[in-house]
Amino acid sequence: MNITPLQVIVVVFALFAWSRAILRLRDREISIGEFSFWTIIWAAVITTVLLPQTADIVSKFFGISRPIDLAVYISILLLFYLVFRIYVNQEKQSQAITKLVREVALKLPRHK
Amino acid sequence: MEKNVFIVIAAYNEAHSVPEVIKELQKANHRNIVVVDDGSRDNTFKAALNAGATVLRHIVNRGQGAALKTGIDYALREGADIIVTFDADGQHRVEDIPAIIKPVAQGKVDVTFGSRFLKKDSGVPFLRKVLLKIGILVVWLFYGVKMTDAHNGFRALSRNAAEKIRITSDRMAHASEIVEEVHRLKLKYREVPVTIRYTEATLKKGHGSFAEGCRILYNMIMKKFLLR
Repeated sequence: MNITPLQVIVVVFALFAWSRAILRLRDREISIGEFSFWTIIWAAVITTVLLPQTADIVSKFFGISRPIDLAVYISILLLFYLVFRIYVNQEKQSQAITKLVREVALKLPRHK
Repeated sequence: MEKNVFIVIAAYNEAHSVPEVIKELQKANHRNIVVVDDGSRDNTFKAALNAGATVLRHIVNRGQGAALKTGIDYALREGADIIVTFDADGQHRVEDIPAIIKPVAQGKVDVTFGSRFLKKDSGVPFLRKVLLKIGILVVWLFYGVKMTDAHNGFRALSRNAAEKIRITSDRMAHASEIVEEVHRLKLKYREVPVTIRYTEATLKKGHGSFAEGCRILYNMIMKKFLLR
């Protein structure tokens, strides 16, 4: 099996990122669930980079001929979801600010 | 029994018009005038204060809906029986206030909405008329409430209604939201004919522009379908 420099870089980066996840788990900054999520993500990245044919198997499973198409579809869905999350979050922040501004205003009514 | 009426005015950069509005209200013997300065960059705060109103200041701009809610909360705290929302730019006429209060004061309804289309000659410019009619249609489609003028800032709320109505739209969508709330809470309402004074200044802002209309619609859709 020929390994290209790019594969080495990606694998090293993935391992590095995973080690960060381990550290954060040790400091209890992330939960076991979150750690598992990142472990799966980085394991998937390493597998796909070293054994590209596995991506074929996965995309075939979903009935999509090219793995790259599957990647694009998943990305779009993910982006939609994230935009929605950001919108909801933004709205919450906005309402919190309004509440804060209102409380301050109601504390200081001014008359001539 | 004399009802305790509060006039609530949301003002954003209205230093030029708000003192005149306050003076007119005072001339008509309205004592409880609450101006919410919505983080204006001009002298609105001082102008309203010097004219003799009670002024609440939003330290940052939060939009008309948010400002009205602040004013309504204040009025409720100060023991208001009836709350009238009034515009800061002089487009509403003080002479119309008694008519808009009356059904609420008599206990016949909980909310009255000013309507510029109940009079034969409304004097509403054509383009604005088209936009407002679209707004009415949207309110009807969204909430199933048929009104002749759903986006008039001139209203009177009973204490009971003001306590129950939730205004969560900070910006202009609050007008539609109040209609929705009235519908949801099954409050009794009535439309009262009022005359809007259109000037160049009032035409430039508010619900008038197409872009603003689109933004309101977007907010309404997001609220109705995503956040509930």
